[in-house]
Amino acid sequence: MLKVEHISGGYHQTPIIHDVSFQVNQGEFLGILGPNGCGKSTLIKMISGILKPSSGTVAIDDVPIEKLSSRELAKKMTVLPQIQSNAFSTTVRETVEIGRYPHQSGFFSSWSEEDEKAVQKAMELTDVLKYADKNLEFLSGGERQRVFIAQALAQSSRLLILDEPTNHLDIAHQKQILDMIRREVTENGLTVVAVFHDINLASLYCDHLLLMEAGRVRAYGEPHEVIIDRQIMEVYDARISTQAHPEKPKPQMSILPDFDEQTKEKMVSLSNIQKGDDYIAFIADFPLKVLSSAVHNAGLGWYRAFINRTVPPEYDIENVKNEFLHYIVHHGFSPTNTVGMMTAVDTKKAVMKEYPASFGSLIVIVTAGVGNAIDVSHAYERKAFQPIGTINTWVVINGKLSDEAFVQGMMTATEAKSKALQSENVMDKLSNTIATGTPTDSLLIAATQQGEYMQYAGPLTEVGKMIGKGVYEATVEAIQIYKREMEQ
Amino acid sequence: MKKKMFLAYGSTFLLLLVSIWLGISVGTVDIPFSALWDQESNPRAYSILWNIRMPRVMLAGLVGASLAIAGAAFQGLLRNPLADPYTIGVSSGASVGAISTIFFGISLPMLGSYTLAMFGILGAFITLLVVITFARLVDKSMKMETLILTGVIFSSFLSSCISLLTALSHEELKAVVGWLLGSVAMRGWSYVYILVPFLILGSAILWFNRRELNVMMYGDERATSLGVNVVRRKYAVLIGGSVLTGAAVSVSGTIGFVGLVVPHITRMVWGTDHRHLLPLSFLNGATLLIVCDLVSRTIVAPQELPIGVVTAFIGAPVFAYIFFKQRRK
Repeated sequence: MLKVEHISGGYHQTPIIHDVSFQVNQGEFLGILGPNGCGKSTLIKMISGILKPSSGTVAIDDVPIEKLSSRELAKKMTVLPQIQSNAFSTTVRETVEIGRYPHQSGFFSSWSEEDEKAVQKAMELTDVLKYADKNLEFLSGGERQRVFIAQALAQSSRLLILDEPTNHLDIAHQKQILDMIRREVTENGLTVVAVFHDINLASLYCDHLLLMEAGRVRAYGEPHEVIIDRQIMEVYDARISTQAHPEKPKPQMSILPDFDEQTKEKMVSLSNIQKGDDYIAFIADFPLKVLSSAVHNAGLGWYRAFINRTVPPEYDIENVKNEFLHYIVHHGFSPTNTVGMMTAVDTKKAVMKEYPASFGSLIVIVTAGVGNAIDVSHAYERKAFQPIGTINTWVVINGKLSDEAFVQGMMTATEAKSKALQSENVMDKLSNTIATGTPTDSLLIAATQQGEYMQYAGPLTEVGKMIGKGVYEATVEAIQIYKREMEQ
Repeated sequence: MKKKMFLAYGSTFLLLLVSIWLGISVGTVDIPFSALWDQESNPRAYSILWNIRMPRVMLAGLVGASLAIAGAAFQGLLRNPLADPYTIGVSSGASVGAISTIFFGISLPMLGSYTLAMFGILGAFITLLVVITFARLVDKSMKMETLILTGVIFSSFLSSCISLLTALSHEELKAVVGWLLGSVAMRGWSYVYILVPFLILGSAILWFNRRELNVMMYGDERATSLGVNVVRRKYAVLIGGSVLTGAAVSVSGTIGFVGLVVPHITRMVWGTDHRHLLPLSFLNGATLLIVCDLVSRTIVAPQELPIGVVTAFIGAPVFAYIFFKQRRK
């Protein structure tokens, strides 16, 4: 649809754009990214024919744009620059009707049914029909932006070029406008090229991204090929980190701020543990990075408190979400800052151990109820689910872990737990084999993210060795306590 | 929508007709309506109407119309509510041309009494050429900021020329100042004939750019991408508006306020669409200047006030009222 080949040029004698090439097919959404002053707006002006490149060609449907009259070009391509305020007030309808200008010709250029239809449809798509007779100056910034997008849509060209279409809008309006444009691209084959400041929005909505640096193409491809930590950091000269989007297969980035809150290193120890009547809690005075399979606030996040509570065997598991939230609030914990687990075992009997290590130290806290232990390799033979009887394991590390170290830490801890069950000869009563765990075990790995950085946490790393030893010893002890309880 | 525009044109025409009727009938001698066609029964009334009142009303109306439509076009072109027909500096050029003829006592034999008006038009034309050439040299795309600043430069330079000529004149002083304040009195049909061709030409040029003026309100870049040849259209509107302004100033002096306020009032009442704004401003400009001329010659009769004083006297309160009502809505 749009083909840009080796264009260079700029204003007067100063070249701004150097040898830029790319291609946008029909029904594709291309985002142009780059820091301030990298030439994004100049590139847009060259594509739209406002500025003539000193070399190279811009072609639409294989026709160079300079071969088209300005009216023909306006029917093929709509350019919406960043919106300037208007000196005189016009109504929404008048503003949208302007988009039909290139379709009206001749001396009297009367308003046709097709014109009316296009205006009506554009106003419906952008949801501005309800303001049709209002003056633009009485609308909010987001509503006004939608009106200008309606004007662009009323122009009815197959190619739409937008310069920061969601600038100055709140997230609801950003989403609304980009959802609408994306729908037009996917469902009706509209082709869109848009300049973005917001890397995450561009990644989320665009098919391809073009990253510019000092007037040149630095990267061009699908979002995951462009939004790469090192690349973005170099181009924007800012520290960032990328993660997965929770719903879409598109990378998202976070800014990493360069300020230190406190130079003093903060540590946690066994003294952070607090015991209540029916719970055991670990309360740090700063948030720890946590990966867990808990009941409340599971997954990866930053939390200050962990709680493991005893519930009676008749506990209503159906209503667990609300009940647990209520419990946390009732006991004075912050629901957004606390990870919660539960067990049928008396938490006063929890095993707590602290191990000094070369990188700092490691704390392990385990409660074990193995009455319902199973051998995972025979689990498929089971039908009934029995939720009572759980091994809850917490590993709290004074150290800084990478994401993969968290995952490896969980593996190491799980292997140590299974080994403990084996040593204690805990049996799966149905298959009559050595058990590997219970059906509802929970595991939590937390790290202070201070001190020595540890990329890996496999069994032979310093931290892995401590996890293995600590979890094994604590689990063995917890199982022995459980067995003693059962004998009494 | 159609109903609204019918109302707009209907009421505007009605106001114009009423003002023309008042303009020809009210004065030191009351003229009956029948004098329009009835020469036999009252030859004196017929003569006053056709030789004195009618050309005066016509000239006032045409000058008002020229200034108002030019003002509407310039405000749209420059996207600036403070612009008026005098912003570009062409009117100052016309003034310098006209005053020179008084100051130097120039009277060309072929032109006779038309000399002043013709020199005014010449001054306006030269100024327009210089302004456009200069703006073009500064900035090929002729951005509105460039045009406004160029206008400011040339207006202020030419204004100081006017001041210089005024300061140096002795016996011509009254004639110079009188001309500068503006008047449509005692000019007869000949001035109407001078103005008409420029009025038709200028208005036609602006009329052919009415839709482009609508599009250019959204900025040069957006207008370009909508298929408007922005630079060519800017030339056209500049030339059209300047032809109207130069000719109007040459026949009547620099009558202020009409070109600034009539477009605003029209826009507030009937909207910004230039397809209607231009013709409605044209008609309202005519009405306002006819009424102002009527007031200027009757309020302290037999003395006459300069019409430029009256336009602001009447126009400003009307403007204030409409502005207030609009904002309170």
